[in-house]
Amino acid sequence: MSYLEYTVKHTPSGLRKVLYLNWPLALLLTAVAAIGILMLYSVAGGTFNPWAEPQAKRYALGFAVMFFVAMVPIWFWRNMSVLAYTVSVLLLIAVELVGVEGKGAQRWIDLGFMRLQPSELMKVTLVMFLAAYYDWLPLKKTSRPLWVLLPVVLILVPVALVLRQPDLGTSILLITGGGLIMFLAGVHWAYFAAVLAAIGGLVTAVFKSRGTDWQLLADYQYRRIDTFLDPASDPLGAGYHITQSKIALGSGGWTGRGFMQGTQSRLNFLPEKHTDFIFTTLAEEFGFVGAISLLMLYALIIVFCVTSALANRDRFSSLLTLGVAVTFFLFFAVNMSMVMGLAPVVGVPLPLVSYGGSAMLILMLGFGLVQSAHIHRPR
Amino acid sequence: MKRPTRDNTESQRRITRRGLVLGGGMAGFVGLLGLRMRYLQVDQADQFRLLADENRINIHLIPPSRGRIFDREGRVIAENIPSYRINIIREQAGDLEDVIARLSKLVRLNPEELKKAREDLAKLRGDTPVTVADRVSWEDISRVAVNAPALPGVTPEVGLSRHYPMGEDYSHVVGYVGPVSDRDLERIDAPDALLLIPRFQIGKIGLERRREDTLRGKAGTKRVEVNAAGRVMRELDRVEGEAGADIQLTLDNALQSYITARLEGESAAAVVMDCDTGDLLACSSTPGYDPNLFVRGISQADYSALLDNKYRPLPNKAVQGVYPPGSTFKMVTALAALEDGQVDPNETVYCPGFLKVANRRFHCWKRAGHGNVDLHRSLRESCDVYYYDLALRVGIDKIAEMAKRLGLGLEHDLPMTSVAGGLIPNKLWKATSRGEDWRIGDTANAAIGQGYVLSSPLQLAVMTARLATGRSVSPRLVRSVDGVEEPPNRGEPLGLNENTLREIRQAMYAVSNNRRGTAYGSRIIEDAFRMAGKTGTSQVRNITAAERARGVFRNEDLPWERRDHALYVNFAPFEVPKVAVAVIVEHGGGGSTTAAPIARDITLQALYGDDPPLDAYPSKDRGRIKTQQEQLRSRLDRRGSEDSDRA
Repeated sequence: MSYLEYTVKHTPSGLRKVLYLNWPLALLLTAVAAIGILMLYSVAGGTFNPWAEPQAKRYALGFAVMFFVAMVPIWFWRNMSVLAYTVSVLLLIAVELVGVEGKGAQRWIDLGFMRLQPSELMKVTLVMFLAAYYDWLPLKKTSRPLWVLLPVVLILVPVALVLRQPDLGTSILLITGGGLIMFLAGVHWAYFAAVLAAIGGLVTAVFKSRGTDWQLLADYQYRRIDTFLDPASDPLGAGYHITQSKIALGSGGWTGRGFMQGTQSRLNFLPEKHTDFIFTTLAEEFGFVGAISLLMLYALIIVFCVTSALANRDRFSSLLTLGVAVTFFLFFAVNMSMVMGLAPVVGVPLPLVSYGGSAMLILMLGFGLVQSAHIHRPR
Repeated sequence: MKRPTRDNTESQRRITRRGLVLGGGMAGFVGLLGLRMRYLQVDQADQFRLLADENRINIHLIPPSRGRIFDREGRVIAENIPSYRINIIREQAGDLEDVIARLSKLVRLNPEELKKAREDLAKLRGDTPVTVADRVSWEDISRVAVNAPALPGVTPEVGLSRHYPMGEDYSHVVGYVGPVSDRDLERIDAPDALLLIPRFQIGKIGLERRREDTLRGKAGTKRVEVNAAGRVMRELDRVEGEAGADIQLTLDNALQSYITARLEGESAAAVVMDCDTGDLLACSSTPGYDPNLFVRGISQADYSALLDNKYRPLPNKAVQGVYPPGSTFKMVTALAALEDGQVDPNETVYCPGFLKVANRRFHCWKRAGHGNVDLHRSLRESCDVYYYDLALRVGIDKIAEMAKRLGLGLEHDLPMTSVAGGLIPNKLWKATSRGEDWRIGDTANAAIGQGYVLSSPLQLAVMTARLATGRSVSPRLVRSVDGVEEPPNRGEPLGLNENTLREIRQAMYAVSNNRRGTAYGSRIIEDAFRMAGKTGTSQVRNITAAERARGVFRNEDLPWERRDHALYVNFAPFEVPKVAVAVIVEHGGGGSTTAAPIARDITLQALYGDDPPLDAYPSKDRGRIKTQQEQLRSRLDRRGSEDSDRA
């Protein structure tokens, strides 16, 4: 397939593309990033270092990346999908061999100027790959077992590698994200029903296997599950994070305790307050109003993506946009559920807000693809 | 377009349909998140706010300053002085041993203290200040402050600590304070949170312990904000505590010091009581000890020395020590017999030197006997046979009853530890506690204050004051608390026959002022201050028949611990009694030779309020008294200057 398949005569070209950018989406992303920088400034005790300033620079870089990716026609990216996926898988294998240990998990490769987390990259390249796969696959073959099995295997390969790191959060995101793209592509309902049933069985197996020779998860993962199920059981140990996090959220009340006035975060009761738990600081300092506002911004981002995808008649573009939206959704949904005590602590950052380079750049890359699809949509 | 349009349209329709389903799912989940936020941040906000405050706010107690103790003139007995200590905070110190080594070059570190500090440093949290040197001098603190840059984590601290400027004078009455021990905590039912403050001091013994509640005060609190590591970030607010109440005692510092100095070298006790109000003007037991040693934490060596001293410095002999009162008890026997009408003051009893009671000879101290003895002479010359005879007539129960009326055999309510009740035996007591019948010989022994009879110097002073006034005067130690006067214990009239009492008093006057009185050698010449007294010599051993046959059992020839106790009680001035005095010198020999001169000196000191003029003494004693006064004065002055050095 070539770009000739696309109706290019109405597609904007040159600098005019800038006008066709999905500007509301770009503004929403910037607004969320600004909130993140503000919160990083607050948790650092009112200084731009060590977090707010690097984060701002990274967002600027991320925005440039998005812009650059958006300018490149979407068919180019579709043609790059298989390569991107392959490179990501190879990087995941590389990280296994030469990766740098961080918090008990092998997660990044030090590139000198930045720490690359292949598992983050995988989140976007897997979406690209699956979108391209279903774009290529004739519709009537979609639900045939062999053609269902293939993408499942291609999802499970990176998942297995990520699990080995071990990074439960990213694994869950990859499986769920991949599964949802298959669902969007039109794979038959029955497969999903079967998978859900299988998951039910697996969860049972996971719990049953605990303490036996064939234990399926690491001890710390079991402890996280225990903690999630009953945080009060270990208030000073593993349950400490979730308990303190809920206290911070709850004590914010309607309007919060004021910018930089959150006692839980300022006095270090909050764990990981600049990364995974940054939402609690926001909720503490700006209260329900602040927290719901951020949630609404996230929801609007999803709405803009979904609208753009549904209006796009190109199959790859639609699937890609929806895939990025789903990945983004999973990020904040899992993170917020986690800090609010609805899900176990699995180590998923709050997108665009948590401090962290790779995650932000990769997300902006994803949104660059969304923008490209938007600009180069068939008209 | 290579692809059939239908296919593409079908695909788009499916994506749209499923996209909407998924969008709906996502919207639903966002709604769920919103509801959870509402639940946590709105519905449960108050509860979580409370938890957040519990997290960050610690309540620290501020120890109150302990009430001070003054004498009757407002002079200091116990006070709080600034005390300097050096603390180390581990996490700020870096190389701990290096810092300690450098510190030890500047300040002398006590190895015992240092050992404990090392243990604490290893055990406690890194930001807890641990005291490495307590009660260091201002110079040491300055040296540490100057060298602060070389001593990371070392912080000087100023606190208040108890100080007893009078040293050993009040060791027994006032006692001392010390850090709360586990045993203290067990003793107290609902311990004040204050007691859990490290190094908080409470009264351990004496008045400090008995009036702990008055002296301690109430803790203040300060609320501080702490971070997750427990480090104090700032103080939020504070509620000042209430300082302990000051206590003014009835005692007189000058008299107390004089007595302690006068009794030095003896194992002795003396009590001086105001006859009218019952105020204790002095209450001394020697040897004493420096209570400041205990506040600091006494060393094992010092403590062993106190325990091993055969003069027993630790107990308060004045109120806790009980002794056979000996002849000082004779007033009780006499009064019991007179009140009961068993004897007339002028009736005489023949004393051949002994009385045969139930086939056993009860001897008079005078082997040759006194001949015919009436009441007056019996007291003046302390004839034992007269009292054997009276006691057999009146019976032990009446004597015991009279003793109780005069304040013997019962525990006076004073804020000191271990105030002894003594023992006044009667038939019932012997039957219940010994399971034996009362024997007639017991009565004879009790008549002269021997046998089972035991009383403390305090009780003897009370007895003397009651004889002098005819009222049931009771002792008082605390004059006022925070300026509020406590009622004096003048007491009700005892209801004794005034004539009888006068006979007794006149006989006591004769003891001291009649040429044949047992204490004539220790009389007072000054007419306005003449005293009435009674000597006592109580045996601490039985005199064997062999000794009696040999006829020599001079006290000087016996080892110290087998010698007799010397006692003397008196009141003065005779006409208008002001003070009652009781003195006991353990194993001092005879009451007239050892105890009476001391009591005389104390009485004069109490009445003059200072060193008495030599005119008050018999002329032949004046030279000796002058030397003695000078010696005592220089000793007191020396102690005074030592003390000002210490403070």
